[in-house]
Amino acid sequence: MTAATVAPTGAAPATAWRSRLRPGDVWRVGFSGPRARKSRTALSALGVSIGIAALVGVLGLSESSKSALLDDIARLGTNLLTIEAGGGFGAGDSALPDTAPVMIDRIPTVSASSAAWAVEADVYRSELIPEGETGGLQVVAAEDDLVSTLNGSVADGVYLDEVPGDYPVAVLGSVAAERLGVTDLDRDTYVQIGDDQVQVVGILDEFPLAADLDRSVFLPVDAATTSYDLEDSPAVIYARVDGGDIDDTREVVPGTADPENPEEVTVSRPSDALEAQAAADDALTTLFLGLGAVALLVGGIGIANVMVIAVIERRGEIGLRRALGATRAHIRRQFLTEAVILSALGGVVGLVIGVGVTYAYAATQGWRVIIPNEAAAGGFAAALVIGAVAGLYPAMRAARLAPTEALRG
Amino acid sequence: MRRRRDGRDERVSGAALELRDVLKEFPGHPPVRALVDVSLRVDHGELVAVVGPSGSGKSTLLNVMGTLDRPTSGLVAVDGVDTAQLSDDVLSGVRSRRIGFVFQQFFLLEGMSAVDNVANGLLYQGVSPADRRERSIAALERVGLGHRLWHAPNHLSGGERQRVAVARALVHDPAFVLADEPTGNLDSRSTGAVMDLIHGLHAEGTTIVVITHDPGIAEALPRQVSVLDGRIEHDSALLAGVAS
Repeated sequence: MTAATVAPTGAAPATAWRSRLRPGDVWRVGFSGPRARKSRTALSALGVSIGIAALVGVLGLSESSKSALLDDIARLGTNLLTIEAGGGFGAGDSALPDTAPVMIDRIPTVSASSAAWAVEADVYRSELIPEGETGGLQVVAAEDDLVSTLNGSVADGVYLDEVPGDYPVAVLGSVAAERLGVTDLDRDTYVQIGDDQVQVVGILDEFPLAADLDRSVFLPVDAATTSYDLEDSPAVIYARVDGGDIDDTREVVPGTADPENPEEVTVSRPSDALEAQAAADDALTTLFLGLGAVALLVGGIGIANVMVIAVIERRGEIGLRRALGATRAHIRRQFLTEAVILSALGGVVGLVIGVGVTYAYAATQGWRVIIPNEAAAGGFAAALVIGAVAGLYPAMRAARLAPTEALRG
Repeated sequence: MRRRRDGRDERVSGAALELRDVLKEFPGHPPVRALVDVSLRVDHGELVAVVGPSGSGKSTLLNVMGTLDRPTSGLVAVDGVDTAQLSDDVLSGVRSRRIGFVFQQFFLLEGMSAVDNVANGLLYQGVSPADRRERSIAALERVGLGHRLWHAPNHLSGGERQRVAVARALVHDPAFVLADEPTGNLDSRSTGAVMDLIHGLHAEGTTIVVITHDPGIAEALPRQVSVLDGRIEHDSALLAGVAS
């Protein structure tokens, strides 16, 4: 009727008739495929989700547990020294001199010290327990300031410092309490030590810096001396060092504790072990990281697989888009974008799962949650790269397809 | 008339579509000659039927006319522009702006409304989403589907789907529309509706080439070009020209 019916319309040179796909439309087109096939999209993104969840979860959990350990170390202090007898080869039945506790306490940089003596008696839940079943527990005569020196705490009841010295009462270490079957002190509780029934007045929390004490039952020194055979020489002395270099103090300790045989005195710093543990990479963490990487790889292969199938299945759509004016580059971009969208989706879901698992587990352990930024960002970046790599080959195949061939499908 | 940078006239034809001495061979021993000596001129505003039995070469002819495939030799001019020297990318651009396609299988994308399917006809011209939508709604109203704008293809009847596809072929104002067996997948009632639509669009000035194997459909159109064994056997326009 009007211009359209009459000869040449528009009359633009062919080079001006270029195809053009807006950047926003690249995304819109890329989303159209995954949106039209939701369950397939979910399944193909699953592999990457699992991989990313594993990586983020494992890194999050190991960092959170490490930080919990470091918090413990900070709370317990790194300035504790443990002084015991024993040492060089052929030392035999070495023992600390009786005077060692007093001497150690006199070192100017030692702010607090406390000693414990082995009691020659075994502890049982009752007199009916056979003599052999000691449960690996030891009876110890301890000074009133043992718990405070170790920064320990009382779980239930009281420690010996709140009981007059010659009262024959017992306080249980955490493991000792468990093995003796004492969970609380709501009722009067007695244990059998040697020939006597002794009332339990307290249960202690764990001593992370002195695990031996967890398996011990503590008696006041005076009461132990009266009722049982007590070795004269202390089994162990704990010393807090304040001010000055702890290593300098550590060097003067042997000579102070046993001036005659300083080489028979062993001085250790129990926080060293915890610090080493915090620094060490857990073999299990490495294993799970490896598994996560494998899951990620398999997820990437899964996406490549799904995309190859999609290209075959959607030949008609590819032909249509070419007929509507899409260039090879537009088709390539569409399928590449689709693959990246699938893996990014997997990455986001994996991130959420990984962070969720970390929070849930940390909550049960009472840890502070730490998700390393590198783990979150790196995991997501890895997902994007995997999607791009996985989409490359299918996208090239889609772009290579001749429009006539595609439309024949 | 526009001129190229070297001053030569870019247009080789005033027709919407012109084929001159087109030969199309497919490799083989001996090579298969799908089109031989095909010359065909479709002027703006024409409605033409290309009719022939299966295997006659009409699908190859459709592909060459639509620039989906290149001829072995001969001229193919779309809206006056020789396509022989154009790169694959520019040919895509020619399709995006100057040619509309309607297929027997509709080729509508599932999971997309009728409007969005029609809007795909403007996608590769870089038209903004808002303009695409506006023009798609207008095109759907033009084919009588103003009441089905937001339906997904699987909620439309066969005839309605083909009308969506026709709207998609029209939305960018092409020089001509190529309709490949547009009624091949439709029942007789829908066939009537789609052919009525094609006649109506022709009356409004749209240039349309219908490729069909059905002589009944071809006879109802103003001009018939019959194809057999890769050659144009009969062109009613040429006969009319001779007669006059």
